[in-house]
Amino acid sequence: MRKILLTLLFVLFGTTAYADGHCSKPSGSINILANDFPALRTFVETAKGCKGSADFKVTHSSEHNKIAVPALTANPSEFSARIAANSSIVPLMNQDLIRPMDDLVKKYGKGIQDSQLITIDGKVMAVAFMANTQHLYYREDVLKELGIPVPKTYEEVVAASEKIRASGKMQHPYAAAYKAGWNLAEEFVNMFIGHGGEFFKAGTAEPNINNAKGVATLNMLKKLASLSNPDYLTHDSEAIKVEWESGKVALMTLWASRSGTLLDDEGDAKITAATKLTGPATVGGGNIPAATLWWDGFTLAKNRSDSDAEATFIALAHAASNKKMVADAADQAVWLVEGFVPGPKSIGVIEAVKMGAKPYPMLPQMGLMHGALGSEIVEFLQGKESAEQALKDVEAAYISKAKEQGFL
Amino acid sequence: MPNKTFFWFFLPTGLAMILFIGLPIISTGIQSFYAQHDQVVKEVKKCDPFGCTVSIVVDQEATSILRDEKPLGKFNGFGTYIDRNHLAIEQISDFWKETDSFGEFINQVTNLPFYKALLFTLTYCLFVTPNVLLLGFIIALSLNAISRKIRGPLIFGTILPMIVTPLVGSLVLFWMIDAEGIIGANLQLMMEDPYLSLKSSRTLTWITIIIYGIWHHSPFAFVVFYAALQTVPQEPVEAAIIDGASRYQRIRHIVLPHIYPVVTFVALISLMDNFRVFEPIIGFSAEGSAQSLSWLIYDNLVNEEVILFGSAAATSMMTIIGIAILLAPVLIRTWKEFRTAR
Repeated sequence: MRKILLTLLFVLFGTTAYADGHCSKPSGSINILANDFPALRTFVETAKGCKGSADFKVTHSSEHNKIAVPALTANPSEFSARIAANSSIVPLMNQDLIRPMDDLVKKYGKGIQDSQLITIDGKVMAVAFMANTQHLYYREDVLKELGIPVPKTYEEVVAASEKIRASGKMQHPYAAAYKAGWNLAEEFVNMFIGHGGEFFKAGTAEPNINNAKGVATLNMLKKLASLSNPDYLTHDSEAIKVEWESGKVALMTLWASRSGTLLDDEGDAKITAATKLTGPATVGGGNIPAATLWWDGFTLAKNRSDSDAEATFIALAHAASNKKMVADAADQAVWLVEGFVPGPKSIGVIEAVKMGAKPYPMLPQMGLMHGALGSEIVEFLQGKESAEQALKDVEAAYISKAKEQGFL
Repeated sequence: MPNKTFFWFFLPTGLAMILFIGLPIISTGIQSFYAQHDQVVKEVKKCDPFGCTVSIVVDQEATSILRDEKPLGKFNGFGTYIDRNHLAIEQISDFWKETDSFGEFINQVTNLPFYKALLFTLTYCLFVTPNVLLLGFIIALSLNAISRKIRGPLIFGTILPMIVTPLVGSLVLFWMIDAEGIIGANLQLMMEDPYLSLKSSRTLTWITIIIYGIWHHSPFAFVVFYAALQTVPQEPVEAAIIDGASRYQRIRHIVLPHIYPVVTFVALISLMDNFRVFEPIIGFSAEGSAQSLSWLIYDNLVNEEVILFGSAAATSMMTIIGIAILLAPVLIRTWKEFRTAR
């Protein structure tokens, strides 16, 4: 199957794609800040191929969120571009640190598709090049042996995990990144949206999570946590990936962008062969998945000279419209670039889009809500307080922070 | 030393202290009294690869006018200090009225982020400091008593915990106590409880961090005590032996009084260090169960996508005040002794 796909790709793009090049050889200085995972490395490498005579630097760091605002606030800013996502573009917008790039798109953005443009108030603020979401992974062999169908809802995930536990095959059959802080809050966001929740009262920054949907969300998280490794509050995406590869987990919610490292040749071949991907699950009878859609795209720093911005745009636009890159690295991500043919590792994201998953809320005050969730719902999961109390705490913590930031 | 010599001697240090410690503290203090301007937001159309929606963004033009007028932000007085995420004056008085029993009241109060962190920080200080002093003293005494030949390597071994970088030390222990790690898995086997986890229980996490703290800080106390023990004069000790004093009596009545100023010094430094406990929380990924005041500051500055300078500054100021209060008894005592000595 893969061979056929590859051949197909070759036939499709063999002629045009490899002669690709809207590269108009920029000059100046390019310095990029990006998160650190394989697809982004590929993207930046491709951009480097069009650096012309420009000075090209890049910083890949998983701590990119902590650096971004201070580094872009400086004038001139340390970086000329920042690879951001739905959530991380918000603080840049709030502080007015990125520049609109309509003129550059018109001048140099020939190969970029309209759907890649992130426009806010009619201005292009970012150019997206890949999509991401969290979805289900399952062990085909384990489910088959116990006669469990592939779960479509989180209720089924719970039932399946209970059955696996009862069979004695695995003690903690479910895994998700529940590390206290950002990760745990992200799981809450997914589950709450799956229940049809809205984080804020319409048109305001008033919190709106202390309700039946919030309680249902917390109860589901707790049920899933009870089926996970008891150390779940310290496990991030990397830790659960390791758990999966050691064969101790049969069902998992994880980022699509991690599928590449799960399905590579490293590790136990039997587990890799039995690892299958499916769309995100729904919850509570809802019809949209309990997951959020994410895009990764590039933004240009405002506090940097126009010529640097131009050079940076030329190089990055070269990558964001590069058919050869998406053909070569089809395994690494779900590219939004023209010419991408989705492979088996993209199933999760494509299913999520088909099922009508919502994008992560891009609101200026959402970061504060996310932060409050990450620390205040922990005690509920530990069984120290009720769901209502936890949600009340989240709202109270959020309100104090939002007042200090001037949102309320 | 004449005062004038002392002044010139101290001047460079004093200047550096003002520049790198004094001024930043003042600036932090000022910042803690300010909050961000009211955000002017507007509704806009927002399109991304997943479709178009109406969304809210910060109106940059309106905001930049406000910012240019008052770059520090909106004056908030003690507003940040007394809000729910800090001293929570209002919430506490509500709890006092609403709750029926004192236990319930305490429960509610320690559920607030600042008091939760304060509780852990104080517990950590109270358990770690005395144990560090005691353990350090015992190790110093024992090492002082053994043959000189093997003392060198033993001293080196004893100060190893201090040489190991705190973060690395805690990470090593973190992996060992993981449910799949060597200590964690063996504990589960011993207790015959597959759900036992040192990391998921709050009490066990606290105990782990406290034990780690004692392990990490004892060598410091040991080194200082060991040095002090070398200065204990031998004549009174020998006289005491002739008088038939036991080992315990000799330590209690001769050694301890002699090294007493050093004990005070180590206690002071330990208290200050422990009050700012931070690395083990990160190393053990213990944010869920244990939060300290320093961790709160860190959280406000880096964990949120929006940086809360006001909150972080307020917590910093309160940490400084907290340390001052904690040290006050020791400082007052030292001052009194200094006066009587003169």
